[in-house]
Amino acid sequence: MVATTETIAAVEDATGSYKYGFVTDIETEKAPKGLNEDVIRFISAKKDEPEWMLEWRLKAYRYWQKMPTPNWAKLNIAPIDYQDIYFYAAPKSAEGPKSLDEVDPELLRTYEKLGIPLNEQKMLAGVAVDAVFDSVSVATTFREELSKVGVIFCPISEAIREYPDLVRRYMGSVVPVSDNYFSALNCAVFTDGSFVYIPKGVRCPMELSTYFRINEQNTGQFERTLIIAEDSSYVSYLEGCTAPQRDENQLHAAVVELVTMDDAEIKYSTVQNWYPGDETGKGGIYNFVTKRGACRGDRSKISWTQVETGSAITWKYPSCVLSGKDSVGEFYSVAVTNGAQQADTGTKMIHLGQGSRSTIISKGISAGKSQNTYRGLVEMNKGAEGARNFTQCDSLLVGDQCGAHTVPYIVSRNPSAKIEHEATTSRISEDQLFYCLQRGMTEEDAVSLIVNGFCKEVMKELPMEFAVEAQKLIGISLEGSVG
Amino acid sequence: MALLEIKNLHARIGDTDILHGINLTINRGEVHAIMGPNGSGKSTLSYVLSGRNGYEITEGDILLDGESLLEMEADERARAGMFLAFQYPVELPGVGGMAFLRAAVNARLREQGEDEVDQLGFVKLVRAKATELGIKDDMLKRAVNVGFSGGEKKRYEILQMALLNPSIAILDETDSGLDVDALKIVSEGVNSQRGPEIGMVVITHYQRLLSHIVPDFVHILSAGKIIKTGDKSLALDVEENGYTDLMENANVA
Repeated sequence: MVATTETIAAVEDATGSYKYGFVTDIETEKAPKGLNEDVIRFISAKKDEPEWMLEWRLKAYRYWQKMPTPNWAKLNIAPIDYQDIYFYAAPKSAEGPKSLDEVDPELLRTYEKLGIPLNEQKMLAGVAVDAVFDSVSVATTFREELSKVGVIFCPISEAIREYPDLVRRYMGSVVPVSDNYFSALNCAVFTDGSFVYIPKGVRCPMELSTYFRINEQNTGQFERTLIIAEDSSYVSYLEGCTAPQRDENQLHAAVVELVTMDDAEIKYSTVQNWYPGDETGKGGIYNFVTKRGACRGDRSKISWTQVETGSAITWKYPSCVLSGKDSVGEFYSVAVTNGAQQADTGTKMIHLGQGSRSTIISKGISAGKSQNTYRGLVEMNKGAEGARNFTQCDSLLVGDQCGAHTVPYIVSRNPSAKIEHEATTSRISEDQLFYCLQRGMTEEDAVSLIVNGFCKEVMKELPMEFAVEAQKLIGISLEGSVG
Repeated sequence: MALLEIKNLHARIGDTDILHGINLTINRGEVHAIMGPNGSGKSTLSYVLSGRNGYEITEGDILLDGESLLEMEADERARAGMFLAFQYPVELPGVGGMAFLRAAVNARLREQGEDEVDQLGFVKLVRAKATELGIKDDMLKRAVNVGFSGGEKKRYEILQMALLNPSIAILDETDSGLDVDALKIVSEGVNSQRGPEIGMVVITHYQRLLSHIVPDFVHILSAGKIIKTGDKSLALDVEENGYTDLMENANVA
């Protein structure tokens, strides 16, 4: 029904006018291109880090040099030239700004274009924002209010200086330096990210949020986030990304570590919208992320919710190590791929504790010529007496040139553990489309409605303001995919 | 001016010709019944009128308010006022009923250059119409058509018709799968929407629907052509004598 020319026009529309594809002109201070021990020393010095941190980075770098690039994922990745990347770029500013008035107005305008609620909106939204622009956090808000209840929410580089004991105790304790190629790289060169500490018995009074943004050309973005929830505490953390349009591939290798003690809970939500590249994937972000949570305490809980729509390549497996007795791990995911995007994403639930439980709900939507893989591990270890897992993996195909793949790994070393796995693959049927069209909806509205229905179980896990944004994003991501 | 004019309509699916020159004029306020045996082209006619993919019109034209529909997509025809009550309403897993109904109504309102309905007012409107059709609140909260009984699905179609306020409604075998009580409720729902502004095409296999929704005209469709037109008594005729005699007479003529 829709003519080929119309489809092409729609695709061009969607790619040619990538909504957030603009570049802010701000002077930056860069480390030289490439990676060596001097660059790592430069970064560490820029961050005014203590000696132990530098040593840690160098150790990680030496590890990384010996490691092979992982190639087990179902991803087709062009070789990355690590000597052709800037590993450090910071907005030029002698000292960190103390309030918004001191922030470069150009930067604030960028935030406004992105719709980031940093000004008046931050009050209305009740969201504390630690915005990351390139590699340095330039504005941190609501910190005083948070500090009244003892919550620490600050850039990780500040935490390294101000709370070295906490950082040394926990950083690398969930994702060790030698864990994998990209996490080792992150350890060596990470430039910023968030640090959150929730003391015993405190329910964080607001949702904490970080917006990421890649801006400088050829800059690798290496975030490092550490969240610690002490006994009986709770925090909900939101992470959202948009990136400006760029020609070269942009490398992103973040590490996120979460730790929950007895009866504590962390809810971590992500909406990821990095630039996916043009119709061939050129210029899109390479997103290699290591996210892991440790449920150390009894009855503790970690819940990952992610909506992944961007990036040329997504390599990401937010995981839970469930060592606490009756601890709970959850993973809710929507991954949308279109055009030439490739995603290999899923989770790992490592059950160690007695009575630990995990739930995995994964919804993959593939359109265009994209490839979308769910890869997940459920591991029941000896001590995981009576542990349970439920996994549901659904794939939806839009068009006939894309691929959906499901790769579940199940290991059970405890006969009392129960594991359930359900998987479906479906297509948006012509019947469904016609039904919606006959009610007057356009084809794109119809697809968006059907797809959002397909993802509903995951979307309802997102905080309200994120859910609305994510719903729109899914519609935008699938523009021009039908026809 | 006629509301809907079907002129010498020929249509095919793939290499198979199904409609062989249908002529039919429907004015506002009229209810036309189209009856015919299986395979006569009844459902094809409803899909061709509503613009479904996969049907090729080889000859003829369809005019709505004097404008040809042939170059219009299904959604454009819907927004222009055409409604099809499906024989087999389609399940949309996870799609909430209210969201679906609102998307449909707003698409129509935007077309007419009117403001979209606000959520609260809309919920009230839907509830009021739903109550008339004996649709429970709980059904509106479920995903569209998922887990609905046959009767519920048909009532839901009529609810959509009531909300969308079409100028021409095609009811494709709305009686199929309904027991006597459900048939009565659905028919009452349809009758309540009859009026001087709307034209209806009621497609059915059996006469029994037509004793509830009494048509102004009855057309007999056979092998892709209308072979006889009459008033409501023609339906009773078919009920008594079957289609065979009519078809044989048509062949002789």
